[in-house]
Amino acid sequence: MNDLVFTVLRLGFLILLWLLILSIVGALRRDLAIGGKARVGAPTARQIRKDPSLAPPPETPAKQQANTLAILEGPLTGLEHQLTASPILLGRAEEATIVLDDDYASGRHARLFPQGTRWFIEDLGSTNGTFLGEAQLTRAQPVELGQKIRIGKTVMELRP
Amino acid sequence: MTELQTAPVPRRNMELLLLLLSLVVGMGAYYLVGVNSDDGLSSEFITQGLVLVGLALVFHIALRIWAQYADPVILPVTVAINGIGLAMIHRIDLAKNTDTAMRQIMWTGVAMVIAMIALWAIRDHRVLRKFTYIALAASVVLLLLPLIPKVGVIINGARIWVNFFGLSFQPGELAKITLAIFFAGYLSSNRELILLAGRKIGPLQLPRARDLGPMIVAWMVSIGVLVVQRDLGSSILFFGLFMVMIYVATARVSWIAIGTLMLAAGGTFAYLTMSHVTRRIDGWIHAFDPDIYHAQGGSRQIVEGLFGLANGGLVGTGLGEGTPYRVPLANSDMIIASLGEELGLIGLSAIVLLYLILISRGLRAALGSRDSFGKLLATGFSFTLALQCFVVIGGVTRLIPLTGLTTPFMAAGGSSLLSNWVIVALLLLISHNSRRPMISGVSATAEVATKAPRRSGGIFATRKETQR
Repeated sequence: MNDLVFTVLRLGFLILLWLLILSIVGALRRDLAIGGKARVGAPTARQIRKDPSLAPPPETPAKQQANTLAILEGPLTGLEHQLTASPILLGRAEEATIVLDDDYASGRHARLFPQGTRWFIEDLGSTNGTFLGEAQLTRAQPVELGQKIRIGKTVMELRP
Repeated sequence: MTELQTAPVPRRNMELLLLLLSLVVGMGAYYLVGVNSDDGLSSEFITQGLVLVGLALVFHIALRIWAQYADPVILPVTVAINGIGLAMIHRIDLAKNTDTAMRQIMWTGVAMVIAMIALWAIRDHRVLRKFTYIALAASVVLLLLPLIPKVGVIINGARIWVNFFGLSFQPGELAKITLAIFFAGYLSSNRELILLAGRKIGPLQLPRARDLGPMIVAWMVSIGVLVVQRDLGSSILFFGLFMVMIYVATARVSWIAIGTLMLAAGGTFAYLTMSHVTRRIDGWIHAFDPDIYHAQGGSRQIVEGLFGLANGGLVGTGLGEGTPYRVPLANSDMIIASLGEELGLIGLSAIVLLYLILISRGLRAALGSRDSFGKLLATGFSFTLALQCFVVIGGVTRLIPLTGLTTPFMAAGGSSLLSNWVIVALLLLISHNSRRPMISGVSATAEVATKAPRRSGGIFATRKETQR
């Protein structure tokens, strides 16, 4: 075999090897972009200086915070409970923050607690379950303003 | 421990595409070896090549049937590494008139078939958790097996082989799988106990002895047996596996500090008292000293390997054109030096990158896994592969002392191929289970969800609260 063909084959093999690696990395590109979605499309400081129209719109005012827990249905209808920084225990038991007089509620039924700027609701292993909107809770979930929480016959929501 | 999830897409067609490309690489290597030999293209090119292609495609179909959401990259990368290794072994065969490649392709076949059986039989890696303590017992048996007279055989000064019906096998290679299963099972159930119970001394939180008992037993058995068997590489591998898994499970940096101290103490002790360790270290530091170079078991092997790497330069001499066969054990322990000589720095770094991709995909499977056992198991397996690569490639390039571990999927040797293919099968299973779509409504908290009826509105559907 002459030298030229051999050199071409030899270097060709190295190129082939790197081609394999590049195609593998290419195939993984979608996977590598995980968590980078937020960054995609966000202009850098330098790009903004070049083109001021790229600047992000001024920050919208912070989301309204929940201040009261209003009871909409059930024996306690009309009650408005002021929210503080401490968690709230819902249930039939005497030590509950809001005592639900409801045959379908457990003693210690659910807990409403703040974390960061949001409130979370967590079912404490009740017999009949806690519902957030239409779905039954299986773990702690954030509660949005105006989202209905149902425990037995009682329905309540967070208000600003 | 966090979870990362991608949309559930099987991506098997992508795998097929990459697999074909990696087969072209493997076959290309074989072809170059063939055309550059004196007798021209040999018949082995066709037979061995077709066997490899067939096996790879069958494995791909097996994945389509049993693990269709598995990572699309792991199989092509493994096949490419295996193919390049086979071509290099064949190339050394041609130079030395031996027939190792035929045995290697046979073992590749056995290994891939057993890996497929593992895929079929296990399906869900979580069943392995049931075998936590059986895995510990199996590791002990596997490690002790070579010490039994008549069954165990001494090859190259290490008593790590067993002989069954003329077939020699390294049971320690399988022990790394069983040990990883034990560590993952044990740590995933006792993580909290190890983390929280126990006494605090200064900045270090020491776990209670009885929580760590089985771990210490596992560690001492693996290290102790390996010191007796004089297999330095494997004892580094097991120690590293132990350290990584306990660090990943507890996220305590203090473990790394303790482990490094233990390693330094053990290393110094071994250097001062064990002659074979002293030889290895001297051969590493004073490799170019003529006395050590010419000594029995001296640095000749590693220095010849370095000469080979230097001869290869940037682009290599080309497959079949160098003289890698001058290095002792050119087709097993020193196969990285052989490849470095014939493919050059560019080719060798591509091979190292292939390993890196494989290991990172293993860790990615660990990140995506939904259960802590799967996370720990995938981390342990990926790290096993990573540590083998580091110890071998670091040893050949004289970054660390050369110890006898095998280059995964490349070095000639059946037991290593077999255990590494099983590791790949388990990694594929874990990634399949982590990428598979979750069946809605049946979640990990299914027990909680079924305790209460789904709708509490109707009389019949509701149990009235009567207690209290």
